[in-house]
Amino acid sequence: MNIAEKILARASGREEVKPGEIVQPKVDMAMVNEITGPLAIQAFKKIGVPKVWDNSRIVLIQDHQVPADTVKSAELHRIMRQFAEEQEIKFLYDVGLGGVCHQIMVEKGHALPGDLIVGADSHTCTYGALGAFATGIGSTEMAAVFATGEIWLRVPSTIRINATGSFKKHVTPKDLILYVIGKIGAAGATYKAVEFMGSTLSQISISGRMTLCNMTVEMGAKTGLINPDEETFNYVKSRARRPFRALKSDPDAKYEKTLEVDVDRLEPQIACPHSVDNVKPVKSVEGTEINQAFLGSCTNGRLEDLKAAAEILKGKKISRGVRMIVTPASQEVYLQALKNGFLEIFVKAGALVTNPTCGACFGGHMGLLAPGEVCVSSSNRNFVGRMGSPEAEIYLASPVTVAASALAGKIVDPVAYLEE
Amino acid sequence: MKISGKAVIFGDDVNTDVIIPSKYLTSLDPEELAKHAMEGIDPNFAEKAKGGIILVAGKNFGCGSSREQAPIALKYAGVKCVLADFFARIFYRNAINIGLPVLESPGVSKEVDEGDMLTVDLEEGKIVNATKNKVIDALRLPDFILEILKDEGLINHLKKKIGGKRS
Repeated sequence: MNIAEKILARASGREEVKPGEIVQPKVDMAMVNEITGPLAIQAFKKIGVPKVWDNSRIVLIQDHQVPADTVKSAELHRIMRQFAEEQEIKFLYDVGLGGVCHQIMVEKGHALPGDLIVGADSHTCTYGALGAFATGIGSTEMAAVFATGEIWLRVPSTIRINATGSFKKHVTPKDLILYVIGKIGAAGATYKAVEFMGSTLSQISISGRMTLCNMTVEMGAKTGLINPDEETFNYVKSRARRPFRALKSDPDAKYEKTLEVDVDRLEPQIACPHSVDNVKPVKSVEGTEINQAFLGSCTNGRLEDLKAAAEILKGKKISRGVRMIVTPASQEVYLQALKNGFLEIFVKAGALVTNPTCGACFGGHMGLLAPGEVCVSSSNRNFVGRMGSPEAEIYLASPVTVAASALAGKIVDPVAYLEE
Repeated sequence: MKISGKAVIFGDDVNTDVIIPSKYLTSLDPEELAKHAMEGIDPNFAEKAKGGIILVAGKNFGCGSSREQAPIALKYAGVKCVLADFFARIFYRNAINIGLPVLESPGVSKEVDEGDMLTVDLEEGKIVNATKNKVIDALRLPDFILEILKDEGLINHLKKKIGGKRS
């Protein structure tokens, strides 16, 4: 069996599972944020079960519209707090105490190798970076999980991505995942799992692995996974909040198909408006003028991403007419970026540093675009209207490309631009 | 379960950001969400859907975010059933869980035109296009999913199950 099948078998109390079978596994952890949580809480109350199945396995995170921008948002936050209190839920990451939900789940040791995790947010698949089977569900389904601790899932078939070779300077895991999405297509992995392997993987940090798994949902995938290794165990050692049982794919595991990627030859990639699979080499859209550059999100708002951008922006000014927004993914990332001097570099370069939130990426309460504006963003979706006006355009790229483009005032290939 | 209505057509890869834009997600009121259904792609949709329609789409309907507000907005706007070549998985589950019937029928988007009169038979997994006098095959839903839809969603279904156990 491959890692996805092994985790579903383990969680369902089965020796073996096969793609296509429907199983009813127990979940190890369940997460909601304040956009999906209040609906789940309302639905849970209708079921008529007095207590949640396990108050130590639910995580509530306020992240999409923090701090509250409207009375309505404040009410959603309050519903989450009240539920945590009523149900004595141990993990509530309130305003100022957490950050973007997926960063928190990994950083605070709630997601662990071998886990089955459901989250009421589509980017829950991010935790596959640690070798967990993690998938997004909706609010009503989450209410059922709150009540029973179980869910039904169809065992997915798995697409294997075999990445070999090393990244060139200024080429990152974001470029790799954009390239893969361009090849597989926005619906090419629907209902399936995506497993990353190959010699490149050992060179990618947990942060970069999160970027890879995070965007598997943009191909329609149920989850993205990476087999845990030394890097994984070192990362979770000091963070894990409970025992876990890591699982790995067998050497003879079965895959539906394999996509080979020669990372040695990979160039910086960019997803052009208005779909995530409209991927091209950055070179081919060089010169496109931008109004906004956004660095942040569950895809690319971690310390490594901020460091890469800070190294480019150090001692320089972003182009006149471009506004740059930097959103660290969590309070921990914010604090580290502060201590390392990255935030000072951003401010001196003329960028705006915000609190951790989904805000700009989600087109929620800040960083919106006017009609006709263009944004280059390190986030994960460039759908019509995603970041504000339906007449704005969003290009998705790596933190390196975002920072270099902010300096240039237009989209540039960072390899050529920074080495000149 | 048989559902009839006029078809309203959409294309491929319709995402949840256009089904219900983020700025409305702070509302927990289904009627309020319904007013903005499909606003990102067709600002007149709410008017069109009034009185009940069957939405027919191409590939990957409902891709993107996990927001359950997307099927809720459609259901309360008047969508009685969604037919598509295939669905994005979270939308698919959400629709069933809130009691909005969804049926996969590969190729359906090519068999139906705007305004065609359709009857969907969920138990049989068949669609009758009365306007074109044609029967279209769909993938029949498994029995346990039909049960959830008959109970008008997962919450009622669970209430029945849990209530049943207790009595």
